[in-house]
This record gives sequence, structure tokens and C-alpha cells, in this order.
Amino acid sequence: MKTLKILVAVVLVIAVSAFAIDKVNVSDTDAGYIIGDTATDFKLKNIDDTMVSLKDYKEAKGFIVIFTCNHCPYSVAYEDRIIELDKNFKNKGYPVIAINPNNPKAYPTDSFDQMKIRAKEKGFTFPYLFDDGQKIYPQYGATKTPHVYILEKTENGNVVRYIGAIDNNYKDAAAADKKYVEDAINALLKGQKVPVETTKAIGCSIKA
Amino acid sequence: MHKWIFYIGLTVLLVSCKGEQKVAIETTKVFSGKGVEIPVYDFKNFEYLLSINDGKTRIINFWATWCKPCVAELPYFELINSRYPNKEVEVILVSLDLPNQVESKLIPFIRKQRIKSKIVLLDDPDANSWIPKVNENWSGSIPATIIYKGNTSNFYERSFTYDELERELKKML
Repeated sequence: MKTLKILVAVVLVIAVSAFAIDKVNVSDTDAGYIIGDTATDFKLKNIDDTMVSLKDYKEAKGFIVIFTCNHCPYSVAYEDRIIELDKNFKNKGYPVIAINPNNPKAYPTDSFDQMKIRAKEKGFTFPYLFDDGQKIYPQYGATKTPHVYILEKTENGNVVRYIGAIDNNYKDAAAADKKYVEDAINALLKGQKVPVETTKAIGCSIKA
Repeated sequence: MHKWIFYIGLTVLLVSCKGEQKVAIETTKVFSGKGVEIPVYDFKNFEYLLSINDGKTRIINFWATWCKPCVAELPYFELINSRYPNKEVEVILVSLDLPNQVESKLIPFIRKQRIKSKIVLLDDPDANSWIPKVNENWSGSIPATIIYKGNTSNFYERSFTYDELERELKKML
């Protein structure tokens, strides 16, 4: 009986391990941007089927690049606040550019078609781009959604000025008393240094 | 039929094996339904679980039901929990599910998967203040795991297979 038990356990472990092989993921985003780096431009497909690049925005002073997606409850919790950011800062020269970095094979609800549906439901006022092939997010070093990069347009390109969370309360916008992104852009608009340049947040791991 | 038991300021007395330490942890509340009980902590009260010095090795796994790679590796944590004596190894699954999804998502998940490891809910929305206290290298993405015993601690921002997890555990035993 004991041998049988051991055998069953061994088979179980092997089965479980075999099942897990494709789940191993190696952290390959350590090489992402730090404050002061110049961020790469991109050409990604928007939910209106046009291609969008940062260089298209001739008038912009910078960008609020947000890696976000459909499936993640933390992203969903921030959707209204992302719309609000776009509303408040697009006219001041800092539009929101949202990018879905997930591979729809890992998360079917993050497919391009589902992005269109979600954007329509929520009335997104900003481009919601699909990182086809998951090539852009590793360059930025985004590890999760939502993950914000504020870029300032300079003569030397789009310089990273802030990396992190939108604010300090994912549950309740009204209870957030540190609005990192808002504060950062207001500082940039005044030509000042961003007060808090990096923050950390819980988010949904990006799956390539 | 979910029945909520709502103990505000319920004090859980944790007495270590050696009986040397007595520490009171305040839960903000306890979710309870269908035989599942999940204590809820803010970080200040949760932090104690990261530094219990009683000779036991602890595996602390940060996860959530919405996190696919987390859910995929949960069976390995469960297997470790069942295969190693509780005197030597304790697995603590720290859920980061949003509190409003505990009843609709977390409790049904725990019941369906028949999770036996200890589960707590970490509910502290000011994540920027506590993520670096868990580990200064943690970006905040999950799954993330700590394996510690006494003052020796290893942190992993990654997924595990069973073999990998056991290998890391054995380093600590």
C-alpha cells in the first residue's frame, strides 16, 4: 500500500510539473526605463484601426503612457480615473496614450476586438493601442497593469519623468490623497521637477 | 446564502510553537462564508507574518484569483503544504483580491479548489507605502513569493513549478 501511495504521489508530481512547464516566466523587464531615459516611439494599432505613434502628436508637450488592459480588476478600477486624466490634461498638452500589453492567447478578454468593446462601453477619449507581438512593453519595463510612464517631449526625444501608479488608493479614487500622475504633470507644466518620480503598485502581471 | 460575520477589531492571538512570543494581530474584519474564513489585514498588522521567528520555514505567496499565473502555481503551494509537516513548513497564501470580490470570487474559488493552506486577505490600498517593505526589489507584480526562516529570507517575483518551489524551500530547511 505504501509503495502505491508513493507511486501515486510521484506520478502526481510529474503530472503537475509537466503541466507547469509553460508557466515558467523569466523576468525580462529588469532592463526597462529609469527616470531620465529617452522612451522609444512606436507604431501601434488603435481601436479605430488607425496606426498611432507619439510623433503624430505635433502639439503635445508630453504623454501619459499607461499600460492597461481589460481583464485586470486593478485596471478596471482605474478606468474612470484614466478618462479623467485625459480630460484634464489633453488640452494642456499631455494626452493619455493607453496600451494593452497582454497577449490575448494568455488573456482572451484582452483581445483587440474586446478592447474595442470595452473602449466603447466606457467611452474612452484616448487611443487604446494593442502592443501586437508584445514588443513595446518590455522596452519600457512595464511589469503590470496599470503601469504609468509620463514622458516629456524635449529636443532629445521623449524623456521619462515619472514611472508608477496613478494615485495611492486603487480601491477608491475619493480616498486617494496622493495623486502622483496629476502632481507630476502639474509640476512639468510649471517647468518644475516632478515631486515623486517613481511609485510602486500592485497590478496584474503582463503576460506575453 | 453567504453569511457575513463582521468582527471589528477582532484580536487574534498567535502563540508561537516555543511559546516565547505572544503577538496580537488586529484584523480589520473576517470574511466568512460556507465554511471558509478569511482574516483581513492592513499592512501594519500583516507585517508580523513576515518575521515570525519560531524555527519554522514559511512560504508567503502573494496572489489573487484574477492573476492567471498565480492560480496556475497554487497547486504546487498546496502540495508543499500537504507534503511537509506543519511543524516545519507553513504556507500562507496572501490574497490581493479586491474586498468587494471576496464573496463573489475568492470564497467560491477557495471552496472549488479545496484550498487547505492558510489564506489571508491583505487589504491596504496605499501599496506604494508597503510594497518596498515586503522587498525593496519588488515591482508590485504578482505572483510574488517569500520563503523565510528566522532572519534568512528569499524573495521571488516570478512563477514556480513544483520542482523549482521545492528546490527553493529545501535551501531554507
